[in-house]
Amino acid sequence: MSNKESTMADLTKEELLGMYRQMHRIRAFEMAVYDGVQRGVIAGGPHLYVGEEAVAVGVCTTLRPMDYITSTHRGHGHLIAKGGQLKPMMAEILGKATGYCKGKGGSMHIADLNLGILGANGIVGGGLPTAVGAALSSKLKQGGWVVASFFGDGAANTGSFHESLNLAAAWKLPVIFVCENNTFAMFTPMEWTTAIKDLSARAAAYGMVGTTVDGNDVLAVYRAAVEARERALAGEGPTLLECKTYRFLGHYVGDPEDYRKPGEVEMHKKNDPLPRFEKVLIEAGMINKELMQQMMAETRQEAKEALEFALSSPDPDPSELTMDVRRPFKPLGDLERVSYIVEEGVG
Amino acid sequence: MSMREISYLQALNEALHEEMARDMDVFIMGEDIGLGKGTLGVTEGLRHEFGPERVRNTPISEQALVGAALGAALTGCRPIVELMFIDLLGVCMDQVANQVAKVTYMSGGKARPALVIRTQEGVGLGLAAQHSQSLEAWLVHIPGLIVVAPSTPFDAKGLLKTAVRDDNPVFFIEHKLLYSLKGPVPEEEYLVPLGVADIKRKGRDVTIVATSHQVQYALAAATTLALEGTEAEVIDPRTLNPLDVETIAESVRRTHRLVVVNEGCRTGGYASEVAATLGEHVFEYLDAPIMRVAAKDAPIPANLQLEREVVPKEEDILTTVRQMVGSSGW
Repeated sequence: MSNKESTMADLTKEELLGMYRQMHRIRAFEMAVYDGVQRGVIAGGPHLYVGEEAVAVGVCTTLRPMDYITSTHRGHGHLIAKGGQLKPMMAEILGKATGYCKGKGGSMHIADLNLGILGANGIVGGGLPTAVGAALSSKLKQGGWVVASFFGDGAANTGSFHESLNLAAAWKLPVIFVCENNTFAMFTPMEWTTAIKDLSARAAAYGMVGTTVDGNDVLAVYRAAVEARERALAGEGPTLLECKTYRFLGHYVGDPEDYRKPGEVEMHKKNDPLPRFEKVLIEAGMINKELMQQMMAETRQEAKEALEFALSSPDPDPSELTMDVRRPFKPLGDLERVSYIVEEGVG
Repeated sequence: MSMREISYLQALNEALHEEMARDMDVFIMGEDIGLGKGTLGVTEGLRHEFGPERVRNTPISEQALVGAALGAALTGCRPIVELMFIDLLGVCMDQVANQVAKVTYMSGGKARPALVIRTQEGVGLGLAAQHSQSLEAWLVHIPGLIVVAPSTPFDAKGLLKTAVRDDNPVFFIEHKLLYSLKGPVPEEEYLVPLGVADIKRKGRDVTIVATSHQVQYALAAATTLALEGTEAEVIDPRTLNPLDVETIAESVRRTHRLVVVNEGCRTGGYASEVAATLGEHVFEYLDAPIMRVAAKDAPIPANLQLEREVVPKEEDILTTVRQMVGSSGW
């Protein structure tokens, strides 16, 4: 029995179709954002996840609601895969009061602690230390949760990556470091900036397990994430899971994309994670063309409704601008002592 | 309330012991803590009492430490990070400024970054340009951070305990020359509120706002000035951001003169911020321009004589106040 078949056996038909739907949902959402930018109703040059859906869905399928993720500037896919709802997500991307963060966070800072989403992040590599801390918390509080930290090949060259992987390994913390190697750090191909081919090789330097998988094969990602998760829960520490994938769209919507080789995108589109998964499901007799078309249409409708919801939502009230900068100080009650003594002097 | 005299360092140590004993979610991490006294000595005895899980000796990875504190805080802990020198801000500033400080706002008020970053600043030990700075101006410029700098053992203990309990990220700045300072601290438990300044000495002729170790110089200057017939009121903001503007403004409305003393560099410094803010509030009450007494705009030199010269001291405060009181206003 091949690995793929054994993985299929782990997952029920319902779960597999759920993964498939989730991948479509992410793509439909991202294309709706793309359209929103083209129509001039979305600002801020959002970073889209089209082509990378298998990574988020493969990893997040292994997570429970109590588990946490940290995400990136290209985070919409991670958030949807972790349970983020399309309407408040889209509203946040449009900066509306009905967004997950009342319109103050935006595309790069969507967070929902209740869903275990510790936050997307505008700083490349910025979320890795947060993931280490959430995993430390799991250990200290014996909470039993694991943390998946998504980041890209660009982040793997930051100091934050080094410090975080070393610390998580030294303390054997339950983190899955998910490196989405989508070939480009912003506009720059990885071979220009990095001497090694597989970033997972760096795991050995930190004393953790490192694996590279085909990031466009959702079941391969799932399988590797299951193993990483088991290691984390067994107290064996973190894993560096590199998922090789490809960014179909620009770094952000509107980037000139003049850094790609001719024909490169077309070549990679033959490896699109969605048709690949469809083929597996069709061969397994779990899905037919009709059901596929139906799921595609339903997820597109959801995304369309999310954009309509966001467009019809109110902007935050101007009074919100300086709210939530910090929380009011807690009252101290009977223990409060403002001052011990005032030195002598003439008042 | 029964009092005894203990040092600033002991006061901080007591605060940590008490808060860790009170709340299992409180833990502390930092470099060289837990092995004997540690570099600063503030964490002495904690590892013995609370164990290695809650008193964590870490790699030299300030960025990861500050970020890990954030992750732990967002998932229910109350971490305390010891940043050995404030000068190390440069290596963890992304986590401080972009992650910790902004997460409450960026999440629309949902995130609860209940963490404390303890550090120490200032000159005094000949540690030169990268271990002697006073960088509070960098921190007060970042919305979302609470910045605290106690100047007495009483304030140090009470403010640290409050900082640990608060749900905001608190940057807690100690001063290397204050650790040995002794002062009265109650036996009983108490908390000093955040955001409330303290009048350290009452006076009617001039208001001196001073921070951290400079409060000691300001009080010494006030004693000298009293012999000359000038009664200086000395105010320590204690919480540098948010600033308790009203306590200072109320004082200046009585004294009509304001001097602001801070050990950071003069240009773009904390003294400038206090001066500008008070200028907006009490300009019409002033009998003289607001004056700053701050460090010269130079890196801290290694030479001890030059180090004494680069930052304000009692004489600088005296000179400024005498000129101000002696002049006939504007």
